[in-house]
Amino acid sequence: MNAVGTRSLALCAVFVVGFAGVWRLQQRIDVRLASLHQEEDDLVLRSGPMLKMISMEHAPLMADLYWTRIVQYYGDKRMRHDPNLDLLWPLLDVTTTLDPNLLPPYRFGSTFLAEPPPRGANRPDLAVELLNRGIRANPDAWRLYEDLGFVYYFNLHDTTKAGAAFLEGSRNPKALIWMKILAAKVAEQGETPETSVFLWNEIYNSATNDDVKQNALTHLRLLKAQADCNALDALIAEYTKRTGHTPTDLRELVRAGILLQVPVDPLGYPYELNTRGQAEMDPTSPLSKDQPAYQKPL
Amino acid sequence: MSRAAIVAWNTFREAVRDRVLYNLVFFALVMIAAAILVGEISLQIEDVVIVTLGLSAISVIGLLMAVFIGVGLVSKEMDKRTLYALLAKPLRRWEFLLGKFTGLLLTLTVNMSAMAAGLFVALLYVKHTLVRSDAVVLVAVYFILLKLALVVALALLFSCYTTPLLAILFTAGLYVAGLFVGAMRNVQSDLMAPALKTFLGWLSYVLPNFSNFDVMSSAAHGRAIPGMLALQNTAYAVLYCGIVLAAAAAIFSRRNLK
Amino acid sequence: MPSAAIEMENLTKDYPFGFLHLKKKRSLEGLTLSVDDGEVFGFLGPNGAGKSTTIKLLMRLIFPDAGSARILGRPIDDVEMHRDIGYLPEQPYFYDYLTAGELLDYFARFFDFSAGERRERVQRMLKKVGLETAGKIQLRKYSKGMLQRVGLAQAILHDPKVVILDEPMSGLDPLGRREVRDIILELKREGRTILFSTHILSDAEMLCDRVGVIVGGKLRGVGAPQDIIGVKAHGMEILFEVAPDKAASLPFAAQATRTGDRYRVRVEEENLYASLDQLRAAGAKILSVTQMKASLEEFFMNLVAADRAQAAAVEVSGK
Repeated sequence: MNAVGTRSLALCAVFVVGFAGVWRLQQRIDVRLASLHQEEDDLVLRSGPMLKMISMEHAPLMADLYWTRIVQYYGDKRMRHDPNLDLLWPLLDVTTTLDPNLLPPYRFGSTFLAEPPPRGANRPDLAVELLNRGIRANPDAWRLYEDLGFVYYFNLHDTTKAGAAFLEGSRNPKALIWMKILAAKVAEQGETPETSVFLWNEIYNSATNDDVKQNALTHLRLLKAQADCNALDALIAEYTKRTGHTPTDLRELVRAGILLQVPVDPLGYPYELNTRGQAEMDPTSPLSKDQPAYQKPL
Repeated sequence: MSRAAIVAWNTFREAVRDRVLYNLVFFALVMIAAAILVGEISLQIEDVVIVTLGLSAISVIGLLMAVFIGVGLVSKEMDKRTLYALLAKPLRRWEFLLGKFTGLLLTLTVNMSAMAAGLFVALLYVKHTLVRSDAVVLVAVYFILLKLALVVALALLFSCYTTPLLAILFTAGLYVAGLFVGAMRNVQSDLMAPALKTFLGWLSYVLPNFSNFDVMSSAAHGRAIPGMLALQNTAYAVLYCGIVLAAAAAIFSRRNLK
Repeated sequence: MPSAAIEMENLTKDYPFGFLHLKKKRSLEGLTLSVDDGEVFGFLGPNGAGKSTTIKLLMRLIFPDAGSARILGRPIDDVEMHRDIGYLPEQPYFYDYLTAGELLDYFARFFDFSAGERRERVQRMLKKVGLETAGKIQLRKYSKGMLQRVGLAQAILHDPKVVILDEPMSGLDPLGRREVRDIILELKREGRTILFSTHILSDAEMLCDRVGVIVGGKLRGVGAPQDIIGVKAHGMEILFEVAPDKAASLPFAAQATRTGDRYRVRVEEENLYASLDQLRAAGAKILSVTQMKASLEEFFMNLVAADRAQAAAVEVSGK
């Protein structure tokens, strides 16, 4: 092999060995850094106005970078099952100060600030503040009214304010027709499962952020499970009336011909009877694990 | 090998006589002084602000030096033809490159030390005493230096085969890309094709991962950085620089000079 | 049989140009040449002929597309061989933040001299090229001529056996050129081999044992300066001053050109002494006697013109 050949070979060897080493090292470093960063959430500069001043004309760019950071932050927390979302508000605060016209943070914030842990920061009041800020800066963004109404409706259980928000949003000619209808319905009937399903569906269809979409989907599934359980409870009452004793297992209903088969929850796990004779989800179903987080306090 | 050292020493001497460098260091010290002022505004976290802003200033200035001087190391010699007489000496081309790299690294080390000293003075001024945990700041500065070594190696590589302007752009671009490597690896979205995800995964290892060296939060709060991490980062930097310099040497050895 | 200090065989170099570097310009073709030990060899040719290209190929600054070369019997990619050669680049430029002394010291470090020997050599070199007083001034303040001298100094600092100089006279005033010529002659006396390129014919004539003429990337001829021209010098030119009335009495007065009291006339070599006697008789003051420049210029011009004509013919014929 001539000189050029051996040299090329040597170079290839350097590359292969080198990058193999780099790869192994990187994995070790990742592990070490992960444990280091866990203790280390910090947002040193919390002052939105000051950051805006520093970034000058790059403020919107900074907002974009911060927004990226928010998504990463949230995703990271979820991956590690870390319920501590203390930094979410400051990050959202800074981002929306840097660029008040950036819409995704408002929608994201309204969901994950208001939701209870582990999915959210359990601060619906901050969600309201964020959305009001967004509405002030973007009067034409009628979806923000939708989000605002939603926070009042679902997290704060204030149907009056919810209806008012929907109504206000419906004044925008671009708003979808249901806003107006919903405003009336909510004012009239307060919180109902149909309304909840409808609203979550709206969010699922209109959301662009994966986390928000996933969250809405989970809610829809839970509502479906709730409705299923209510229907099952009615059937159980029917069975009790027919046979005179309460069933201990849903299969009895199948045998009695009231059910064709034991129904399953949206994730495919069969429903069961609890000790009080009510239908509920299989505890091993991932959906039922989500339930306490989403259940409204009684 | 010692011939590379001769080149290194001359590179260092060149940097020392270049007044631009002093201006940069001065600017960094000004930033640190400014950090004291900023610290006065945010009560109770002056030391955190000083460390964060100070390290940021050191990092930015260091990066500027590494990119611009790094690219100039080879391109200036090629443009001005000072290289011709040098290569007529019994000096191999790779020894020349290694010497240039080492010389700039030495320069950067001296400058970083000066700026770090300034940072500690500022810290002392604000805190009135220093505790052992403040030594973490030194580790953070060392990590910045490791990061800069990688940047210099990349700048050297690009300047060996393309124009200075493109070399600067590529190096800067690769630096920015290297900051987001972590995000590339943990792409969560289900909307992406698995092949693309795998490709990004591979890419995230090949690209230099500059976020490895970011320990600013730890430094700001006086939290100790594990010695193992320092070792691993050093090994990473050495290995990666080795790869890049080998590539640069291979390219430069066959380059026709104008 | 003298051994060859520099041997070149079939050296060829193409330069890519144009969009995506697809086109190639052949700047040197099939150069085969050797320079003997202890000889002063001149590369002669117009600008762009390929002289610098050849030298850069020898110094491994660029790489040949074909052919090979050896210096002192070793292949040119042997870096250790550079211990025995010295090189002065064309229009040299050195690190302007160094002084001449520092530059020479820097370069000297690549050779295995002791610190004391290095110091002594640097001083000696500065003296040799007439820069001893300027040794502590930064190179950015140097004139072109001074830079050329520094360039020479760094080329010979380590006592090389072979010295390669690319256009060593360019940009120098007559005094500078004379000094460089003297240094080259001294190097020759020391037994070194010298290869230099120039487009100044008189320098080549005066210094070289042999010249090689390169035009259009090809070697057109190699030999002693007089030999390859094939035309010997013809005649002598006498420059003299004489009183006007005495001038008329001179037989060659008619052919003389006159500027004021000065006359310039050309006589055949065999008539030189006779003419001088006549001038003495006329009471003339002889200012100079010069050998008429052989038509080296013409030879050169002819070659260039022939080359161009050939290129034009090729274009016209469409080949």
